[in-house]
Amino acid sequence: MKTFYWLVKREFWEHRGGFFWAPIITGGIFLLLNIMGIITAEVLGVTHGISIGASGHLQSVIAEMDAGDMSKVGIVLDVAMYSAMGLLIVVLGFVVFFYCLGALYDDRRDRSILFWKSLPISDASTVLSKVISATVLAPVIAVVVGIVVGMLQLLILAITLSFHGVNVWQLLVLAHPFKVMFNLIGYIPLYVLWALPSVGWLMLCSAWARNKPFLWAVALPVATGLLISWFGIMGLFNLPTRWFWTNVVQRSLFSVFPGTGSLFGGTPRNAPHIDGLNALDLNTTYQLLGSPDLWIGVVAGAALLAGAIWFRRWRDDS
Amino acid sequence: MSAVITASSLSKRYKTSLALDGVSFQIQPGRIVGLIGPNGAGKTTALKAILGLTDFSGQLNVLGFDPRKQRNKLMGEVCFIADVAVLPRWIRVSEVVDFVANVHPRFDRAKCEAFLARTKLQPGQRVRQMSKGMIVQLHLALVMAIDAKLLILDEPTLGLDILYRKQFYQNLLEDYFDENKTIIVTTHQVEEVEHILTDLMFIRDGKIVLDADMDAIGERFIEVMVNADEADAARGLTPLDERQVFGKSIFLFDGVSRDVLEALGETRRPSISDLFVATMKGTYA
Repeated sequence: MKTFYWLVKREFWEHRGGFFWAPIITGGIFLLLNIMGIITAEVLGVTHGISIGASGHLQSVIAEMDAGDMSKVGIVLDVAMYSAMGLLIVVLGFVVFFYCLGALYDDRRDRSILFWKSLPISDASTVLSKVISATVLAPVIAVVVGIVVGMLQLLILAITLSFHGVNVWQLLVLAHPFKVMFNLIGYIPLYVLWALPSVGWLMLCSAWARNKPFLWAVALPVATGLLISWFGIMGLFNLPTRWFWTNVVQRSLFSVFPGTGSLFGGTPRNAPHIDGLNALDLNTTYQLLGSPDLWIGVVAGAALLAGAIWFRRWRDDS
Repeated sequence: MSAVITASSLSKRYKTSLALDGVSFQIQPGRIVGLIGPNGAGKTTALKAILGLTDFSGQLNVLGFDPRKQRNKLMGEVCFIADVAVLPRWIRVSEVVDFVANVHPRFDRAKCEAFLARTKLQPGQRVRQMSKGMIVQLHLALVMAIDAKLLILDEPTLGLDILYRKQFYQNLLEDYFDENKTIIVTTHQVEEVEHILTDLMFIRDGKIVLDADMDAIGERFIEVMVNADEADAARGLTPLDERQVFGKSIFLFDGVSRDVLEALGETRRPSISDLFVATMKGTYA
């Protein structure tokens, strides 16, 4: 257990840039763009003589809102908080994708694998520590940064409004920051399961490829998919083209992007209509657990990782 | 005491070549063994087999473990420095010490830090900022702090200047080696390890062509400096090698009695490099 902790720590040391600085810088840029947007709006407002809420008009609008309107304000504020996470998720997806591709390849290329292999650590723990780093450590850091950025975003919004005479604290009560946090953190375990086939495939390529793991990882599934589509166009063999693209190509490459499970994963057809942000609630997102797609992916991912461990043990090219 | 390594009919075939060809040998504890051979002779393959880094056919027992199946346990007892500069370039001195201290049960942190204090290495320094010599110092500090039974060095001083090379072997002998430890070293800089080796193994084309301790080598191989007039007599005794120095001939003999040779001229113990060159004649031809 202690060894495992230090293995994960080792990954963090090596990938501080991707795991830690990438989300922080992205969050910073996000906030900066928002502030710039607000300033632009203010300046344009002044030059064109548009004054929002200066006369207390806005405040009176709020005072006249009924419960339904109030909840809509809350939703808008929640969206503001989620939006920060949206950008971070895209960055996280790329970070995890390339981390997995390099995880078992970079140290073979620079031969430092000979140092790691001189220590009494099993290849299984090495590979699993990298899986945990990709699917737990990186998302946790991204989510924590996302929550902080989201809070700052709310604060900036509130301060801006207060310049226009709107009582912000009254509005902030309408937001559900804790629910948002809970939804974001709670999504991570689901992400681990959903991302497993991608992580497994990318790490298998990383452990196996003698060079250019990226090319192999992308070219193999895509080329196979094209081949199947080609036969499909010619009407030969009657292969399940669509099925292959969605369940093999997409799952092996894009499942590391958080949220793809909820977007493309087998949401039950007869699911009750979900509106707005409730789609991000855990009791909605976790319906994915009922989909066989998820579990088949988990099994496939575990098999691919077993392959990665085997190659890590026996690949002899350094 | 039982042997540290017992190998019997060890073979390893790569796609195009036979790197090890039915090699058998034993290495006893408390020895410093030099595994010497030309490039591509199979030295590194033999070491990789011992370390469980490659598959092979035949039997191999290292400290009671099968390196193929019990590699994780084996690595608790074995250390190796493979070449220079295999430490990851991004890591810092403090990080690598922390890491090894926490994953290696036999690591003595105080010992490592004491050794590092004698170098110019700084805790915050990254490997990529170090010279080759400093990287080896760091690696040696880590390895010397591990109480391993077997240390394997594969060209540990390649590309280092002479100060670092001398210091490396000196540290190894003075601060690390004792009768419970065994060291196997491969190198091309034979002159530098000559005086520290207790055993010598020559490997050529995947076969062990010489396996003896240094005393036996002194008995068996004799160099004689012969005047020109007696050269033909010396040639009659089928020397391994002949070379000319200052008008005299130097002959290298294998297994000819000392009394016979002393009659021909001044005898002496050959250097390992001369022995090596004589044994490996025609390797690249």
